[in-house]
Amino acid sequence: MSRWQAYHTPATVSEALSLLHQHKEKARIIAGGTDLILDMEAEYTAAPEILVDVTRIGGIDRIAQEDGWIVLGAGTTHTQIESSPLLRAQARCLTESCGVIGGPQVRNVATLGGNVAHALPAADGTIGLLALEAEVEVAAHSARGALHSWQPLLSIFAGPGRNRLDPDQMLHAFRFRPTGARAGNAFDRIMRPQGVALPVLGIAARVRLDATLRRVEDAVIAIGPAGPTPFRATRAEEVLTTAGTFDDDAVQHAIAAAQTQASLRTSKYRSSQEYRREMIGVLLKRVLHTAVERARMNDAPPEPEDA
Amino acid sequence: MTQLTLTVNGEERSLELPPSRYLAEVLRYDLGLTGTKIGCDEAECGCCTVIVDGRSVDSCIYPAFKAQGAQVLTIEGLAQTRPDARNGSYCTGELHPLQDAFIRHGATQCGFCTPGFIMQAKTLLDENPDPSDVEIKECLKDTYCRCTGYTAIISSVKAAGEYLRTGTMPDAVLPPVMKPLTQIGQPLQRPDAVDKVTGAARYTDDYTFDGMLFGATLRSEHPHARIRGIDAGAARALNGVHAVLTHADVPGDPRHGLVENDWPVFAGGPYPARYVGDAIALAVAETAEIAQQALALVRVDYEALPAVTDPRDALQPDAPQLHPDRPNGNLLKHIKVRHGDVEEGFAAADVIVERTYRTPMTEHAFLEPECALAVPAGYNGTRPSSGREPGPSDRDGGKLTVYVGSQIPYSDRRQVAKSLGLDDEEVRVIGTLMGGGFGGKEDIAGQIHAALAAQVTGRPVKILYSRQESLIFHPKRHSTIIRIKTGARRDGALIALEAELYGDSGAYASLGEKVMTRATTHATGPYVIPHARIDCYAMYTNNAPSGAFRGFGVTQSAFAVESNLDILAAELGMNPAELRRKNVMRVGVETATGQELIESVGLLECLDVVEEEIKRSEAAAPGASPSDPWAPVRIGSRRCAWGIAAGYKNTGLGGGAPDKAEAEVEVFPDGTAAIRTSSAEMGQNLVGVLAACTAQELGLPFDKVHVTLMDTDLTPDGGPSTASRQTYVSGNAARLAARAMRQQMQNVLAEKFDTHPEVIAFHEGLAYVDERRLAQIPGAQKHGAQIHGAELPVEGAGGILPGSTRSVSFADAVNALLAENRLPRIRYEYWAPQTQPLGTGGDMHFAFSYAVHAAFVSVDTETGEVAVERVISAHDVGRAINPLSLLGQIEGGIVMGIGNALTENYIVEDGIPWTERLGQYKMPGIKMTPQMDSHIVEHPTADGPYGAKGVGEISSIPISPAITNAICNAVGIRCLALPVDQDALLLAMRDGKKEIDGHWGQTGQWLAAST
Repeated sequence: MSRWQAYHTPATVSEALSLLHQHKEKARIIAGGTDLILDMEAEYTAAPEILVDVTRIGGIDRIAQEDGWIVLGAGTTHTQIESSPLLRAQARCLTESCGVIGGPQVRNVATLGGNVAHALPAADGTIGLLALEAEVEVAAHSARGALHSWQPLLSIFAGPGRNRLDPDQMLHAFRFRPTGARAGNAFDRIMRPQGVALPVLGIAARVRLDATLRRVEDAVIAIGPAGPTPFRATRAEEVLTTAGTFDDDAVQHAIAAAQTQASLRTSKYRSSQEYRREMIGVLLKRVLHTAVERARMNDAPPEPEDA
Repeated sequence: MTQLTLTVNGEERSLELPPSRYLAEVLRYDLGLTGTKIGCDEAECGCCTVIVDGRSVDSCIYPAFKAQGAQVLTIEGLAQTRPDARNGSYCTGELHPLQDAFIRHGATQCGFCTPGFIMQAKTLLDENPDPSDVEIKECLKDTYCRCTGYTAIISSVKAAGEYLRTGTMPDAVLPPVMKPLTQIGQPLQRPDAVDKVTGAARYTDDYTFDGMLFGATLRSEHPHARIRGIDAGAARALNGVHAVLTHADVPGDPRHGLVENDWPVFAGGPYPARYVGDAIALAVAETAEIAQQALALVRVDYEALPAVTDPRDALQPDAPQLHPDRPNGNLLKHIKVRHGDVEEGFAAADVIVERTYRTPMTEHAFLEPECALAVPAGYNGTRPSSGREPGPSDRDGGKLTVYVGSQIPYSDRRQVAKSLGLDDEEVRVIGTLMGGGFGGKEDIAGQIHAALAAQVTGRPVKILYSRQESLIFHPKRHSTIIRIKTGARRDGALIALEAELYGDSGAYASLGEKVMTRATTHATGPYVIPHARIDCYAMYTNNAPSGAFRGFGVTQSAFAVESNLDILAAELGMNPAELRRKNVMRVGVETATGQELIESVGLLECLDVVEEEIKRSEAAAPGASPSDPWAPVRIGSRRCAWGIAAGYKNTGLGGGAPDKAEAEVEVFPDGTAAIRTSSAEMGQNLVGVLAACTAQELGLPFDKVHVTLMDTDLTPDGGPSTASRQTYVSGNAARLAARAMRQQMQNVLAEKFDTHPEVIAFHEGLAYVDERRLAQIPGAQKHGAQIHGAELPVEGAGGILPGSTRSVSFADAVNALLAENRLPRIRYEYWAPQTQPLGTGGDMHFAFSYAVHAAFVSVDTETGEVAVERVISAHDVGRAINPLSLLGQIEGGIVMGIGNALTENYIVEDGIPWTERLGQYKMPGIKMTPQMDSHIVEHPTADGPYGAKGVGEISSIPISPAITNAICNAVGIRCLALPVDQDALLLAMRDGKKEIDGHWGQTGQWLAAST
């Protein structure tokens, strides 16, 4: 394969966007590079002439609480996420999903922004974010400087491996609301041990219980892969929130709803459609029980720093 | 070019580089820090792990300019360098505790993965010096080792942590062995260990020469195609290209091969491309990048031919013919075993079980991809120091020299010379360290191409295969289809066996005939069966060639044999261990090939040891039923059970092939000795075995013996490192060479001390008159009584008497030898006991090793996920030469067998490989490593060195069927094909099926059918 001819490390968003604007399709954003470089090496993606490394932009890897939101810079690494006490307390489904990607060497450099931008329907970090109803901040080039706008996460996916960003736009940050009282969330996935890197199926769920701790007031369920883009199992969510109590019956109905709504397919050497259907049952049961248990403990209490 | 400034191991470095470099390339090729290895170029294996600003990264895909201004720590920076007090020079001083622990616990074998493991483990210990097993496995989950099976790595990390906490390094825990001698049976540290843990160890790609060019190979796009023309004009015209070579440029034999001369150096001309790995052209250029660009400019005019990719189809009369010049069409060999009268046997059987099993093509996945480097004759640029024993290493520097990590250096030399039209003596092959072999580095890879390119260009030429190229190109383990029918009497006595095997040998013979012969002759399993008829068809197809791979065919037939045996046990209502006990080979029985086993059959003891250990662990486990360890236990959603299997594997080539090894010993006046043989070190610690045998015979401390291997000019021929043979064959050559030297020195010293040669003992670097030994010789106060020295114990029976004047240092003993004008060098050619060809009814092999493996396996009934939790094993290895490296061979083999059962499949679809990247071929990672209890059984074999026989392969054989037998015991489903598929297993459990003949990676069948 041929490689890039220039490597830029802009210090600001505007500088990065100017480079992207100037070179358009010839340039690609690189963060950790653990997806992009592999795709280039395997010649799935043509090598761009210019790489724009966004990881040295100030604040691009921040994890912070701002105005009632939890904000993550798009360049936050998976290692930062999984080891953040704030996120472990407020976004377990995200720390759990980001903690299972690759090994430490990959998680040390792979970023959440890269995971989302790659737009795979089964991307673990993306599934975790989706259950948190995260929003994404897109920065776009303009003559007067960078334009920033917050959008729902799902709005940026176009199809498997394709996002809706223009060549001179970039992901800048993610934000979501803290979990809050009587709420909990969880992630789990099924892998196979053979030569496929992507999960057979991953599910993240977030629930909020009512004051009795017996009824689900609010539920978000993210499943991947269950369609060309990351998938929200809205009918299963509805089943849970309309059920009188959270019990085995409600879970079974939610599973049936998710199995019906999800578009499952057979992917070569990775999974049969039937197996995925079975795994919706297994995983949804597991993550709902964990999320509800956490909610009943009035959310996952913050863990000690050294945990 | 752009400037990159970074601090590497504390030193600021500034370089002008193309912006497209990866960090690993900068470290290795621009800074010469070759301790950082590249195993895959896809952040999969972790060999390239370095620490950047405190965080570990896979440097093989880490753009170098990401590290602008960063602090980079590599393996070379880990050991503290400190001034040597005596002479003021700097030397590598104190090893990091991890480096020390990796040596002491045997966690480095081939050593290629070692730097990555140590760097990654360091990041863990820096934060937590007391990690749990789970934390260690999480930290190292994407760092792969193919040799050790990871257990030694885990214990090393724990030991280093303990050292950091307490200042004390615990020793490795080793299985008990028989009473050791001074050097034999001792867990001695491997001689190359320090180099391997510090990054100083050099593999082929770590060598560079002034003016070196780089070669890149164009490979066929089609599994079968006639090549009508090759237009390399544009490629040759590219700036920086020195040559583009094709079939027309081969001056000598256009074909090579280990057994059959059927593999073209380049496809083209009379030779069609017969698989997609076939080489068509070689571009040689100033840089590897330019060579790759040149390949893209070569135009090949293919005429695609019909391909045959299933061995059964290949046998059909109308199948496309791969080698029209061969007499039997696509049939490489029909191999037959005939024993007794099989019809009569089945007529007398009360129970008959017949099934068809399938095993996939699998890949060695040695972590070091193939590399060959050739230096033309008379080249006078700078040669790197070979880092070997001082002396004549460069005395023949004028020859065409090939540096390569190869399992058979002399065979490389023969094949290189033949294709270049040279005499053997005009070529020198120098074996570098090898990052794993496992059978996959026996055939020619880039050796001939590099040598030819060096001849043509007059410059050194290096050809390094990418991981992708390695996967596509090199011979694999045969995929097989094995129908097997086993008959037994009601009491469990096996009485008849009929089997039919198809082996996919791929495009070229490689060692296919030999491999499938071994599959066939071992297809009874290690059992006494009076009536057997076995037919095997080794077939040419348009898939990648198949050849040697640890287990050499026995891995495949053992899966079928041992699975069938468990089905039979169930039908007989016997427990599986009992059925095996009734039938296992013992001293005095006859194999199906007509060999009477007269000694060294420790299989029954292996079975006893394993059964006892299972009972002990069952009794200790709460909730288990100690009465029946084969019954399933439920733990949450998982069902768990033990499964058992036995196996045996020949040591040595056998089948009538002359099997010899030559070794040369030399003693020096500085009190050291050298032992030399061309036998290959690929991680198994042959280097330590040879040093131990030599030190034992000469009574020298282990570290006074220098071992030189794999150099066709410096070392005599030790034969191939294959068939678990080197400890036995080269071990004997070294032992007997050293013994001959000892006897010569005894004779000289006997004169000096005026006594009998036999009473001169050697111990700890001293030679002395053993007074007690002398006293045992009747009437032997005077010189003259003749006793054959070799028959006396190796070591002095009584030891040296304090104050004895009748002793000299080994150095002085050598001086005495030299003073008598005796040569300080002896070559010994060891011939292993003769064997007979299959079908003649004689001894096909001079020794067999035996093993029993039991696996405790869990199956998640909700997801179908399978995990091997524990493995108990016992291996009869004759004699443990070095228990530390022996354990490494056992644990590594077991984990490789776990991969064979659960993860590994090299998938080819209609002749086109799907498995193109290491990420698509998952070998077991550290998280799949079970708890292992490994027991050594020692039934010495008379002719083996100190009683030893081979262990390299047997350790990976019974484990796969032990796992599938356990799965069946746990959930009642029999897996007839490997690797086990959790998807199929779950659906079978759901649908109440009892057998699965689908497997992971099967093309176009169960996965597609379910849509």
